[in-house]
Amino acid sequence: MMKFQFESLTELMAMSGHGPYVWACYGITLVALLYLVISPLRRRKLLFEQLKRQQRIAAHERAGQNTVENQES
Amino acid sequence: MGWQWFHRLGSPRWFYEKTDAWIPWLAVVSFALLAVGAIWGLAFAPADMKQGNSYRIIYIHVPAAFLSLAGYYIMAISGAIGLIWKMKLADMVMKCAAPIGAVFTFISLVTGAIWGKPTWGTWWVWDARITSMLVLLFLYLGVIALQQAYQHQDTANKASAILALVGTVNIPIIYKSVDWWYTLHQPATIKFTSESTIHPSMLYPLLTMVIGFYCFYALVLLISTRTEVLEREKKTRWVNELAAAKAAGGKV
Repeated sequence: MMKFQFESLTELMAMSGHGPYVWACYGITLVALLYLVISPLRRRKLLFEQLKRQQRIAAHERAGQNTVENQES
Repeated sequence: MGWQWFHRLGSPRWFYEKTDAWIPWLAVVSFALLAVGAIWGLAFAPADMKQGNSYRIIYIHVPAAFLSLAGYYIMAISGAIGLIWKMKLADMVMKCAAPIGAVFTFISLVTGAIWGKPTWGTWWVWDARITSMLVLLFLYLGVIALQQAYQHQDTANKASAILALVGTVNIPIIYKSVDWWYTLHQPATIKFTSESTIHPSMLYPLLTMVIGFYCFYALVLLISTRTEVLEREKKTRWVNELAAAKAAGGKV
């Protein structure tokens, strides 16, 4: 049952003439699935960067208001 | 008693912390299943007697179609839970399920069209199954649009949950379309009530891909909902502490 169905890699690519159809489907699907993983991870990264910036600004303002107490930042 | 988990589920923070450990496992399992299933289907499963090698598209077409329907259930049910019990997390799941379901519906329509060219000699026909799948895509797009149409998140959730629930009428139509109007799309070959009309050498790689797609769906729905939780709760202390820990180089 687990027999490689093609004589060579070239034949695997060609799929006896159906290659472009089959590989186009797999390619489009791969891109779509990658998009589903990457887009929420990217959104999360942007959110953390935004929060980090806000925290830096807040820390800066605190340091400016009372310079004596807040030496660590 | 016994209902504590249900109330906890309403807490986005509890959900975020609980699901943290699941992500790597789901990622490994779904990647492994998809890789094995794809290689098996592309290179090791026998060619179809009538269709030759073009039938290998089945290994993504059918799982994607399954998930576009299962994803719709998840979206509609979480929309209903959000409507009835006002559970914030359910609304977030509904919102996140819409674009994911739309992508799976898109995959099944596009791979179907590409498969149709060498098999039926045409990219597109207004066949009952294909048309009802196109309606499903529009329902998903409608939910996405409604989510963005309102200033108030609560109003947006209510409107899109109602659209999702009304749209469930399309689901039995999709299932039954190949039997009611037998125009062009073939009926199902995998049956649960009687013996499948697909040979085991093709069925096993297909099942591998189906399970792989389910795991992948769970993975992306989790990642997306977790991001949604963070975005909605970005003013809270715990999210800010998480961001600070991340900035300090810790793993989040």
